[in-house]
Amino acid sequence: MGDHADIDRQVRTYILVFVSLMALTIITVTISRFHLPVPAAVTVALIVACIKGGLVASYFMHLISERKLIYWVLGFTVACFFAVLLLPLWTHYDPILNH
Amino acid sequence: MEIPFTVAERPDTGLNNGKIGIWLFLASEVMLFGALFASYLMLRIGATVWPRGDTILNVPLATVNTIVLISSSVTMVMAWASLKRNDFGKFRLFQGLTILAGLCFLGIKYVEYSAKFHHGLLPSKNTFLAIYFTLTGLHGLHVIGGMVVNGYLWGPGAKLWKTDPEHFTNRVENSGLFWHFVDLVWIFLFPILYLL
Repeated sequence: MGDHADIDRQVRTYILVFVSLMALTIITVTISRFHLPVPAAVTVALIVACIKGGLVASYFMHLISERKLIYWVLGFTVACFFAVLLLPLWTHYDPILNH
Repeated sequence: MEIPFTVAERPDTGLNNGKIGIWLFLASEVMLFGALFASYLMLRIGATVWPRGDTILNVPLATVNTIVLISSSVTMVMAWASLKRNDFGKFRLFQGLTILAGLCFLGIKYVEYSAKFHHGLLPSKNTFLAIYFTLTGLHGLHVIGGMVVNGYLWGPGAKLWKTDPEHFTNRVENSGLFWHFVDLVWIFLFPILYLL
């Protein structure tokens, strides 16, 4: 019985997350129509995408109540991802020779 | 002999094998798509000109696709929740809706792609289109893969519910994790390619 109440609570959360995701989708498309300068447009779009992604990961993928081992695996993966992203950027901007 | 820890948690990881396995797989997928996103960034900052996404791509269609995929994530998690509530009928309904939503997504992608090809907008035409087709094409293949697994669990794989319902529920949860990941990739692909 306790299990059922738990699932009912989770289902209510899923519906709330769904509504939030729809709202954030409309927000991100609406903002894009203002044709903000590129740095601002990128910042806003990525913030909204991170919020949406965070909601999907936390609630649909149950990450918010997951074991520490999974957090370690994902933490290591995210660190590797930022290395893959930032190292080529660093070579492109060449801060050592290109001051 | 049965594979151990398909339901019971391993004492060392505290998880069943399927769950740790799917998360390790998703970690590798983060690196795959992450590398392609990094490539997109490098190509864009290195280019002298780069078109705004909405000047070439169909934003309304892609917005519909975003709504479709997010909805399919909800139906996917509802399918798992139905099994936790012991309601196999509702599982079949929600899993079926998830597969239909996937088909809808692919249908819209087909319309988008064929319109591009009809107007001579091929991956070979310029760098923007090359990275667009690479990213969305790879994502589309993942949608197909997810649908195959979901279809199996909706159809022949559902036999396991009768003999080992907990194991079946875990399988649905794991395929759900993959499906949510596919949705998550699109949540980033959509603004990056279409809106910026």
